[in-house]
Amino acid sequence: MRWSGILTCAAVAMATTSSSSATEDLGDAEAGKVVFAKCKGCHQVGEGAKNKIGPHLNGVFGRKAAGLDGFNYSKSLERAGNSGLEWHADTLSAYIENPRAFASGTRMSFRGLKKPEDRANIIAYLRGFSDNPQDIPEADPTARGTDHSVDPAILAIQGDPEYGAYLSSECTTCHQIEGGDAGIPSIVYWPDEDFVVAMHAYKDKQRPHPVMQMIAGRLSNDEIAALAAYFNNPE
Amino acid sequence: MTFNRRTFLGAAGVVAAALSAPMVLAQGKPRVVVVGGGAGGATAARYIAKDSKGEIDVTLIEPSRTYYTCFFSNLYLAGFQELSDIAHSYGALAANYGINVVHDWAVGVDRDAKTVSLAGGGSVPYDKLILSPGIDFVDGAVEGWDVSAQNKMPHAYKAGSQTELLKAQVMAMPEGGTFAMVAPPNPYRCPPGPYERISMVAHVLKENNPTAKIIIADPKPKFSKMALFQEGWANHYEGMVDWIGEDFGGGNVSVNPDAMTVTIDGEETKVDICNVIPAMKAGRIAEMAGVTDGNWAPVNAADMSSKADPDIYVLGDASQQGDMPKSGFSANSQAKVCANAVRGALTGSKVFPAKFSNTCWSLIDTNDGVKVGATYEATPEKIAKVDGFISQTGEDADLRKATYEESLGWYAGITSDMFS
Repeated sequence: MRWSGILTCAAVAMATTSSSSATEDLGDAEAGKVVFAKCKGCHQVGEGAKNKIGPHLNGVFGRKAAGLDGFNYSKSLERAGNSGLEWHADTLSAYIENPRAFASGTRMSFRGLKKPEDRANIIAYLRGFSDNPQDIPEADPTARGTDHSVDPAILAIQGDPEYGAYLSSECTTCHQIEGGDAGIPSIVYWPDEDFVVAMHAYKDKQRPHPVMQMIAGRLSNDEIAALAAYFNNPE
Repeated sequence: MTFNRRTFLGAAGVVAAALSAPMVLAQGKPRVVVVGGGAGGATAARYIAKDSKGEIDVTLIEPSRTYYTCFFSNLYLAGFQELSDIAHSYGALAANYGINVVHDWAVGVDRDAKTVSLAGGGSVPYDKLILSPGIDFVDGAVEGWDVSAQNKMPHAYKAGSQTELLKAQVMAMPEGGTFAMVAPPNPYRCPPGPYERISMVAHVLKENNPTAKIIIADPKPKFSKMALFQEGWANHYEGMVDWIGEDFGGGNVSVNPDAMTVTIDGEETKVDICNVIPAMKAGRIAEMAGVTDGNWAPVNAADMSSKADPDIYVLGDASQQGDMPKSGFSANSQAKVCANAVRGALTGSKVFPAKFSNTCWSLIDTNDGVKVGATYEATPEKIAKVDGFISQTGEDADLRKATYEESLGWYAGITSDMFS
């Protein structure tokens, strides 16, 4: 746990060089790391972090909203970025408090963090992975790759989106194609690999949900690939 | 092809043109007529129109302008849903996909001429006809009851005014009064429905009228999710619910709507409310079309086509298909298989193999949700069950709450899949 050591040093450094109110504003990065577990299903951060269901969060401070090349953002966030929205502690806090209220049409399927201290802590944690502001030291690598045991040959299957469109009708009885996520998660715009890994985890009964185990249980590898190809971009 | 002006709702902007020259709209295009705008019919109409991208002319005949889903209507009884939450209209189907929505009753099918006649006059031609009329009640199924008694002893098994009436009766029930239910024999719409209803009525009575009693006269020896409901009734509504199954004469029932009495196995009881859910059969139009055999319409599992007529398809509750329960989820699932097959037959689009699934959620008390579900496949004989699951007794409260929240998500999903 090298990270926690460095963080403690950073906190001490902050406390001695800045006013006490600044430290309070910053939140507790160690606690934020725990809260970040809610985000890890979609977002990676740290060395080697990649865009997954959500964009990676390295260097998010000071970044323009929807500002990473190669990530398929919602039109809503792109518009916000083009209108001048940048991510800083205040804007991030407002966004993660209730993503849909902040940017209606965002693809971020997350209900939000209602507690101010949770938001402050998570923002303190994320600051550790940004060069900006300058008083935060470079972060240690903490993010892990996605754990899964899916055969690379299965991941390499190119799905047929037309077949996926037909198969998808079994999914859309519950999962909304518009991306709503109350009670039942959104499954649209996922990267193919994440979709395939998740479905095989249900198929192999590593993920616990009985409906999904049943539905995934009778999908072939090709069918899972077809669904991934369709839901990646269903428009 | 003529329409009663008052009952025609066309795609926005083309109403006037359609009324003056309706044949032009349909000319040259294959025509699908769907009777019934519920989970089967609305889904089939939507998928055919959406996926054929204008290549097929789709007409949906549904008498109600506002459709109340039967699923979740029990939750309305207990105040977990408002009536407006389960109300839907057909405007988006007309506006988004150009479906001709005709608010009228289909009163006959001429299978030789391939037309459907309407109560308001005129008829609609079809190349393929999809019947998804839901259920009607078997005449004389409960001695002493017929539909003319439904205002005294409501069935509330078609959602809307009947559901409102039953709720008003429950809210106005005298202190310490008796609520009776006459439960239906198999097969019927929504197998857990009567027992979820008992749970919801018990929830209301526990709050407002805790000395009230509930009796159920049931012609069946067991029922859907029985262990889960009985556990829930014992935990939440101890001593309130008395289930009288087949073994105790629950099938030997008569009612007197004027005297408000129920006689179970020779013993007459004065009750304050009597919810009579009679034996069911396919919605009447299926019988008029001559595609029923007994009470239901037999279909081929691969595409939901009628065994009596290859150009007629029967979906949902009205169909006799094999192992799937009669549920909104099942009807929605069957509609997609049917839509794919109908498009293939009319436009040559690719037809994929049939797959069916169903899940039924039920609410027992606040945040105490349970579910049962299965997957199915088409065999030459029937729709056959492949695999299934059911909630377990003794599950922890967090899981039950998550199951309830999941049911809310499902409701949003399926109604969007039908009406948006």
